[in-house]
Amino acid sequence: MIGQGFKNFFDKQRPKFEKGGKLHTFHSVFEGFETFLYVSDATTKKGSHVRDYIDLKRTMIFVVLALVPTMLFGMYNIGYQHFAAIGALAETTFMQVFIYGFLRVLPVIIVSYGVGLGIEFAFAQIKGHEIHEGFLVSGLLIPLVLPIDTPLWMTAIAVAFSVIIAKEAFGGTGMNIWNPALIARAFLFFAYPSHMSGDSVWIRLGTDADKVVDGFSGATPLGLALNGILDYNIWDAFWGFIPGSIGETSSFAILLGAAFLIITGIGSWKIMLSTVLGALFTGALINVFAVNPFMEIPFWHHLFLGGFMFGAVFMTTDPVSASQTAKGKWIYGFLIGVLAIVIRVLNPAFPEGVMLAILLMNTFAPLIDHYVVQGNVRRRLKRVSVKV
Amino acid sequence: MENIINIFIKSIFIENMVFAYFLGMCSYLAVSKSVKTATGLGLAVIFVLGITVPVNYLLENFILKEGALSWLGSQFAEVDLSFLSFIMFIAVIASMVQLVEMIVEKFAPALYASLGIFLPLIAVNCAILGGSLFMQQKDFLNIGEATTYGIGSGVGWFLAIVGIAAIREKVQYSNVPAPLRGLGMAFIITGLMGMAFMGFSGIKL
Repeated sequence: MIGQGFKNFFDKQRPKFEKGGKLHTFHSVFEGFETFLYVSDATTKKGSHVRDYIDLKRTMIFVVLALVPTMLFGMYNIGYQHFAAIGALAETTFMQVFIYGFLRVLPVIIVSYGVGLGIEFAFAQIKGHEIHEGFLVSGLLIPLVLPIDTPLWMTAIAVAFSVIIAKEAFGGTGMNIWNPALIARAFLFFAYPSHMSGDSVWIRLGTDADKVVDGFSGATPLGLALNGILDYNIWDAFWGFIPGSIGETSSFAILLGAAFLIITGIGSWKIMLSTVLGALFTGALINVFAVNPFMEIPFWHHLFLGGFMFGAVFMTTDPVSASQTAKGKWIYGFLIGVLAIVIRVLNPAFPEGVMLAILLMNTFAPLIDHYVVQGNVRRRLKRVSVKV
Repeated sequence: MENIINIFIKSIFIENMVFAYFLGMCSYLAVSKSVKTATGLGLAVIFVLGITVPVNYLLENFILKEGALSWLGSQFAEVDLSFLSFIMFIAVIASMVQLVEMIVEKFAPALYASLGIFLPLIAVNCAILGGSLFMQQKDFLNIGEATTYGIGSGVGWFLAIVGIAAIREKVQYSNVPAPLRGLGMAFIITGLMGMAFMGFSGIKL
């Protein structure tokens, strides 16, 4: 009933937004909201096309759904880390913990969507096309890869930078070379390094900062390992009860999302698998030649620490910025795994360097595709000349 | 051996000519429209760097450096010709480029035509002279290290130019805002590539 009411509402409003109508300037906004809720009845007028209800918007919504467990757990973990830091975990209930985190994460998500969609709407109006849906996912990915204590204005600047420079300059959704969410994080990382790494950004203390318990350290396990301290429980890291960016801590929640993405066919299992293989291979290799405690982290622990799992599931599989050929996907994923561990272990500046590995392979994904395609062309040409 | 590998990896990734020093930008931006020509120019740069750096290393250590002439006799031990290093380095580079040009013209006329003016211009490509000058600063122990450095820097430049060429080939089909088409986009892409390469800055080998 309510659905029908909405539909009638949209039908009634449509004339105002059509050519000559009062609100024609905002037609792209109208279309954006209408197709967000309903399948468009506009059809292709020429050329051949595939009829399928999985359009770009539905694809994006599936990714957002896959992100939900991660986001919810991230909210809980923000509260958990907060109350653990002030030693009040025993007196608080599950809901209190969750609501604390929820209220801290919500503004970040609102800022990210507000700024990003605002820019997208503006560009759609100026260029006179429909609103692109790509930001639905990026807008949720960006908050999840930031430390909770990032000031909101920084988040806003980073979102604006990534949407304008890394996406709209390239022609909008589906044409970007680099993953916008990672560009946003890398931008903040290099522009405001003190807010993106260190010991004080991962846990929101707020007004309770003076109540911190003795022996409390706000560093992530990887940040500690850099100083030669291996102090984490691998099961905590797997379930996610460790400090870190909002969405990256729980490998379990991320794996739920990964299963959803693979079952619906939206995320490429080839990339995920090859990324993990690359990381295990490099981790094992580094274990053999270990000279410091960081290098001695057992190779499979790397999968559950830092942003590796989040990156491997949600960032590498971005269908636009990843390699697009089947063979290319294996190479692309494997190299991400290798580079992620190399940067993490060998580069003391970036212990949380998974994003840089992915950005670097985004850079070379078109080149990998080029060589794979050329190789295919050459192979088939050879076949032709043999027959003739 | 370990030293050689370190120098090689460092010169490709950590001290990348394009993304760490922004050297050799002119031909990097001008010839990066297709992967094929970019590969050709990149190989030429690897070749020229791989030859000029060791040759200049020998010049530096046996003629130019203070006391380098002492192999002629003790009366030359005081002579310091290092003020000549620029002109000597450039002379070596120019002659090597001439050589490359003749080889390319003979064996790959199609590539020669598509590279056009940029092939002789390698002679004034700052990445090449930069390679020799960095070599001078770094005080390599032997000619093997210098050669490795030259080839590594060349490979780094090669990776940069084929990388951006592949991206530019892809961006050609994108709906880029009209004022940014062409060079504008190339600059934005270079900046973002540089950001991705930042992951290596700080690695100590």
